[in-house]
Amino acid sequence: MSEWVHTPGHVKDTEALGETTVTVERASIRAACAHARDELGFNVLSGIVATDYLGWGRPGVSGYIGTAQGRDINFPATQGLQTLPELKPARFSLGYHLLALGRDPRRVRLQTWLEEDETVDSVVSVWPGADWYEREVFDMFGIRFDGHPYLRRLLMPEDWEGFPLRKDYPIGGEPVRFSEAE
Amino acid sequence: MAIAPEKQTLYQGTRIPAPVPTILHVPEERRETGDIMQVNFGPNHPSTHGVLRLIVDLDGEEVVGIEAVIGYLHTGFEKSMEQKTWWKGITYAPRIDYVGYQSNELVYVLAVEKLLQLGVPEKAVWMRMLLAELNRIHSHLVFLGTSALELGAISMFWYCFREREMILDLSELVTGQRMHTRYFQVGGLAEDIPEGFYAECRKFVDWMPQALDDYLGLLDRNTIWLERTRGVGQLNAEDALALSQSGPVLRASGVDWDLRRDQPYLAYDQVDFRVPVYEHGDVYDRYRVRMDEMRESTRIVDQCLRRLERLKGRPWITDNRKVVLPPREELHTSMESLIHHFKLVTEGFRVPEGEVYVTIESPRGEQGCYIVSQGGPRPWRVHFRAPSFAALEATAACVNGALVADLIAIVGSLDAVMGDVDR
Repeated sequence: MSEWVHTPGHVKDTEALGETTVTVERASIRAACAHARDELGFNVLSGIVATDYLGWGRPGVSGYIGTAQGRDINFPATQGLQTLPELKPARFSLGYHLLALGRDPRRVRLQTWLEEDETVDSVVSVWPGADWYEREVFDMFGIRFDGHPYLRRLLMPEDWEGFPLRKDYPIGGEPVRFSEAE
Repeated sequence: MAIAPEKQTLYQGTRIPAPVPTILHVPEERRETGDIMQVNFGPNHPSTHGVLRLIVDLDGEEVVGIEAVIGYLHTGFEKSMEQKTWWKGITYAPRIDYVGYQSNELVYVLAVEKLLQLGVPEKAVWMRMLLAELNRIHSHLVFLGTSALELGAISMFWYCFREREMILDLSELVTGQRMHTRYFQVGGLAEDIPEGFYAECRKFVDWMPQALDDYLGLLDRNTIWLERTRGVGQLNAEDALALSQSGPVLRASGVDWDLRRDQPYLAYDQVDFRVPVYEHGDVYDRYRVRMDEMRESTRIVDQCLRRLERLKGRPWITDNRKVVLPPREELHTSMESLIHHFKLVTEGFRVPEGEVYVTIESPRGEQGCYIVSQGGPRPWRVHFRAPSFAALEATAACVNGALVADLIAIVGSLDAVMGDVDR
């Protein structure tokens, strides 16, 4: 029995490479963060990180990867994966890296999963420092945080279309000004 | 002395603005009674340390509202790194925080090594520490030189950049590059340490304490400097923790926390150093923390150098041929080496599936690297937890109630590098 089973919305906790990952239900993330801060002494939010798992475990088949223009030197992976990775429960993961700062320091990653059209509660009321972290995630992945006081784009211009760190957002898709092609 | 005012004691309660913690709104009553002027500070202003834009509401000299606007230097490093092989990614890392470049390189390499569960030779561990500490001094010198310059102490800039030049020369001697070295490889170092380095580095270690005394003599007895930094831009410990602060900003607010000591990586548990902690949380204390850290870093460099002198002739990179290029001369005689070389150069190495979050103490604080691997030759996701990003979040809390002239001192003292903020 780990100390994490009492976390609100606890699904499972895993230990890998010396790091603890606690998966919690999407609806309970704010309660889980408040629990970790107040009951377990995780007093600092180190950061919030999102990952898009669209296409996870589905790389090109083993063999030569060709494109319409010929071989793409930016894609040196000429072979498929040797083993298929473990499938993920949803498209996006959100990881909250918490730190118990003190004489006996510990770290944990609270993780929750959500699909493209789902939202998650903001934790700005738990940690004010979550403000920009959540805005960055919104800006890059389009994940909406309910209850965030000022959810706007942070790094990209306000009229930008698309969410750059999503896997279906193309590289080199934006027009280059003053180029030959224009 | 006693020309400068006594330091103000640290405030009670919180100064974090509500409801948005990073934006200070003009209070309604000030809007009616005061003469509010909105000023755009930046994004291209010589004292914003890069392309930071501050929208400042002024009532006379007083700052009554502020919003930091970032993103002007967003280059999509994280997206780019997803397209590159693991070792091409090393080239990207130092360009993110372009002043504390060695730390970014280190944290990325450490994260990949953690996924690979790859051991590193002793010589590489100590050389990484040495370069990381030299880089810390370099970064703090740039901070000190530019911050002092902004407050009118022009000569400090030349003195700091004189010592910075020595560090860049050392870097060039070892790595061939003055900045953005790409010297750390997954598995160790790119090249052996050149013979001449030890003596040159020793000269620097012997020289640096004197230089630090000079800086202290120039600034710490300078009334203007003291008046402009003491009691300015305060942040108390609770607010600093709530706003995810780290590094010198946190230590200046009285929180005794340094990842090198409290969650040791490399061989920091085998060297002797002191963690400076100050308690007033103002611009002056942030400057003092960095001054003391330069002295401590010089001591660490000295200890690393002694250790490395005993490790001459030892390997500097691991012998795991699945990850590390074989020595050039082997390619002429060994078919196996030729195959490894070809595979590594064309396709790169594969990293087992998993996710890691590795943190180190960069010159600016907690530099984290989160990596997800799918088991292929390219990362699935790379994310950098940038200490500068967190530091700028505290701008509104620090500026709360300050004067417009202090704004420059405060933003300078948070020591944000815009490349690191925007990534």
